[in-house]
Amino acid sequence: MLIRRPTDLTYSDVTPKSVYTERREFLRAMGIAGAAAFAGTAAWRLGMSLDEVYANSKLDVATKSPFSTTEKETPYNDVTHYNNFYEFGTDKTDPAKNAQKFRTSPWTVSVEGEVKKSRKFNMDEILKIAPLEERIYRHRCVEAWSIVVPWIGFPFSELAKIVEPTPNAQFVAFESFFDPGQMPQAKYSGLDYPYVEGLRLDEAMNPLTLIGVGMYGETLPNQDGAPVRLVVPWKYGYKSIKSIVKIRFVGKQPPTTWNRMAPQEYGFYSNVNPNVDHPRWSQAKERRLGEIFKRPTLMFNGYGDQVASLYNGMDLKKNY
Amino acid sequence: MHALLNSKWSKPVIFLLCLAPLVALGWRALHGELTANPIEFITHATGDWTLRFLIITLCVTPFRKILHLPELIRFRRMVGLFAFFYACLHFTIYIWLDKFFDLSEIWKDIAKRKYITVGFTAFLLLIPLAITSTAGWIRRLGGKRWQQLHRLIYFSATLGVIHYYWLVKSAIIRPLTYGAIVAVLLLWRLFASLSKKKQLRVNAVTVRPVG
Repeated sequence: MLIRRPTDLTYSDVTPKSVYTERREFLRAMGIAGAAAFAGTAAWRLGMSLDEVYANSKLDVATKSPFSTTEKETPYNDVTHYNNFYEFGTDKTDPAKNAQKFRTSPWTVSVEGEVKKSRKFNMDEILKIAPLEERIYRHRCVEAWSIVVPWIGFPFSELAKIVEPTPNAQFVAFESFFDPGQMPQAKYSGLDYPYVEGLRLDEAMNPLTLIGVGMYGETLPNQDGAPVRLVVPWKYGYKSIKSIVKIRFVGKQPPTTWNRMAPQEYGFYSNVNPNVDHPRWSQAKERRLGEIFKRPTLMFNGYGDQVASLYNGMDLKKNY
Repeated sequence: MHALLNSKWSKPVIFLLCLAPLVALGWRALHGELTANPIEFITHATGDWTLRFLIITLCVTPFRKILHLPELIRFRRMVGLFAFFYACLHFTIYIWLDKFFDLSEIWKDIAKRKYITVGFTAFLLLIPLAITSTAGWIRRLGGKRWQQLHRLIYFSATLGVIHYYWLVKSAIIRPLTYGAIVAVLLLWRLFASLSKKKQLRVNAVTVRPVG
């Protein structure tokens, strides 16, 4: 397999499969012998660069990560057909159906606030921030189910390096894309939009915190938070905000969607913690998708070695 | 319509219709369509159908009166027993697949989790109704007392709705819809009984001078 350096990636890497297969069909129709010679004209006719004609939605990763678990990955089909993405409906199977036409291109992420170099990134630029890594993480939902996902992305700290947070930056606020036209089911979900999340700056800078751009070797499917999302494996799933359009470095703890909805049930920290129950249900166990009986939930979802020190001296029962 | 409802085939047909949700679940199971979390899916499906059958049972009397279809009473027991049947499936899935018969865990859950407390109570209330659903028990209890006992379904349905409302995270529209339907069905009974009492009083007043 040809492993491209991440700097070779272009925005075309997130071209939908249907589009690139069409292009290939087109090139094939031109005749294999003539294709190479013709490609330039064909590409010009289709209004894109030569690079793009040959691209697909595969993401080649430069490095594997020592942070990856060796646990069995959850089947791709489960991770793409069992989703909480309330903008596209509240049933687990809704997002896979309703997010199909979600337009994720062009896409811009604005990084602003307490930074020296606030700026906007397009997807091309995001993919070039740092070498892409594969990280196989456990992902624990607050509803007591869990999955194991091979994410692709880069540490959040690499993004911070580029924009240079000022000393005033204490927290990071994230905001999801929201368009009621594309997300008509959102109004029945009982949440306020756009969806917002936040981390303390040191949490965001922890090497485990990932800006995710893909999974299972490909770009993110729409229902899993395309084209760019957060992955915070030691916190309940809703902290890993999807389809990010804004990242703001701030001085004060930012509001978060589920906390606003029910503050006594969902705290700002939302660390996975088997000893602190959700007021309405137990968090001691979880059902790994694909398994029948529940397994014990691990403190910090099993990432205590990397993150426990972030919370030294804190009462995690109060700061749930 | 009357002939249709009175035909000897009407009961078997409705019986099979009541089984359709279970058949649909079995079909989905065979085709791997119970989502990535089948246990959660069948728990929710059987819970949903319990509530729906409780609501259908509560619809029988108003529909009989409003639509002038007294024959509907023939199906009430069966529909009510199906509500109990789906409730049993729902409860069995919980104690077996969720708790694996761990009685102390189950007991802790029932005592500590409000939504389980009310859900369990709603289930318990249905048990005497299922037991006394036979003609023999109606005779033994006497029509009036039997009827009073079976008003427990009002509480069971209400607690069932609260059980649902308390377990959703934010999408409260569906439990509220069930709640609104149950409320309408119970309010109809309240008004029906009030106007009946009024009618009796009016009758009593008009009868007196003659007597």
